Amino acid sequence: MNPALDRAWMLAVLLACLLVMAPPAHAGWWQGLFADREPLSVEVADPYIELHTGAGRGYPVFHVEERGAHIDILKRKTDWFKVRTARGKEGWVYRGQLERTLTPSGAQMHIAEATQKEFAFHRWEAGATGGDFEGADVMSIYGGYSLTPKFSVEVSLAKIFARFSSGESADVSLNIHPFPEWRFSPFFALGTGLIHSNPDTTLVQESDRTDQLAHVGLGLRVYLARRFIFRVQYKNYLIFQSTDDNQEINEWKAGFAVFF
Amino acid sequence: MESRICRIFLNGAWPLTALLCLTSVAAAAAPAEQVVRPEIERRDIHEADIDTEDFEIGAFFGAMNVEDFGTNPVYGLRLTYHVTENLFAEAAYGHSNTSETSFERLSGSAKLLSGDDRKLDYLNLSVGYSLLPGEAFIGSRYAFSSDFYLIAGAGGTRFAGEDNFTWNFGFGYKLLLNDWLAIRLDARDHVFSLDLLGDSQTNHNLEFTGGVSMFF
Repeated sequence: MNPALDRAWMLAVLLACLLVMAPPAHAGWWQGLFADREPLSVEVADPYIELHTGAGRGYPVFHVEERGAHIDILKRKTDWFKVRTARGKEGWVYRGQLERTLTPSGAQMHIAEATQKEFAFHRWEAGATGGDFEGADVMSIYGGYSLTPKFSVEVSLAKIFARFSSGESADVSLNIHPFPEWRFSPFFALGTGLIHSNPDTTLVQESDRTDQLAHVGLGLRVYLARRFIFRVQYKNYLIFQSTDDNQEINEWKAGFAVFF
Repeated sequence: MESRICRIFLNGAWPLTALLCLTSVAAAAAPAEQVVRPEIERRDIHEADIDTEDFEIGAFFGAMNVEDFGTNPVYGLRLTYHVTENLFAEAAYGHSNTSETSFERLSGSAKLLSGDDRKLDYLNLSVGYSLLPGEAFIGSRYAFSSDFYLIAGAGGTRFAGEDNFTWNFGFGYKLLLNDWLAIRLDARDHVFSLDLLGDSQTNHNLEFTGGVSMFF
């Protein structure tokens, strides 16, 4: 069998696995994307709750609701919640204060904040990195899905800017995180993909080319705060060129990511 | 009473004590039969039920100066994710058609670029910081949330048959007309080096745009 075809099959199988393992999309999620949802009612449990005029700590407090009052939660922007009082006043309440309200069943309102514990095992991660690809500038975006705390699958797309040419690459990698609970968590990567290179037309007369590549890598993910991750990684690429001599590339990248 | 008994036994055989305590607690918590069942169904609240509007999508239009190639209309799209009340990440795509350089116009016939090479496309990822969030007032009846922000990032620009690594930095002003609709004014410098005439030259390309965006 053709080795290129073999690799294409491997890619296809990996992608299929990714699709199967992804949780099914919530039915009709797109309906609620732009439309306002039905408000949720909570009871103020603190002595009082402060309503700000805008979604930020600097916006002035224009109204307070006392303990026992019922308020409707309308929407959320970052850590701020828009609420409506029984008398129809609308303002923004900080997450910390809203956590001290009671739900209709009498339980304390719980709003999860991303913590290091969630960093240890989160399903989705997306980020952007930049760095050096054997002397050329490289920028990439990636998305990852964790199957278990120690094992994740990642798809990354990169753009490479060399002096007289540019290129794009797409690859899938399997990452192993031996110590997911550490704040500085190392990982190992193994993957395969495609690289397309196109020389600058005004200078070099050479045609475009697409080659297969494989890589091994290692890196470090650092939990910063909230849902932020700083990430630094090294990858060693082997490009299977059509001219039969394989090219070896060293790549260093650093960047930021968020997890969900 | 139970705790006192527990304490007496604590110094002795403690596993036995633990067992004793457990059984006495279990006996005390024997389920009482529920006489009245509540008829109202309690709707509990989950965080996921709250409509989150951390994403913003928008279109912009304005003028972009491409060094040596004139000032021309530019338009594009952007997607923003608000991570905190101050910090946001943004991806933007823009397109412009550049015009002829002074040299090309004066010489009459000599053309530096042809066809599609004269078109400029950029794609970038940036991080923004809301430096001066506030409110803007119109008369005594209306107040709008506003925001002055700084933004910087990196990406790529396709121009003159080359893809070039591009830094961008600038500032902007955003006025929220209501919770989900905003108007934006942006000033940005796109910096990349171009190898058009053989030697690499750093270009500063200034862009001023206005746009509309929606939160979702």
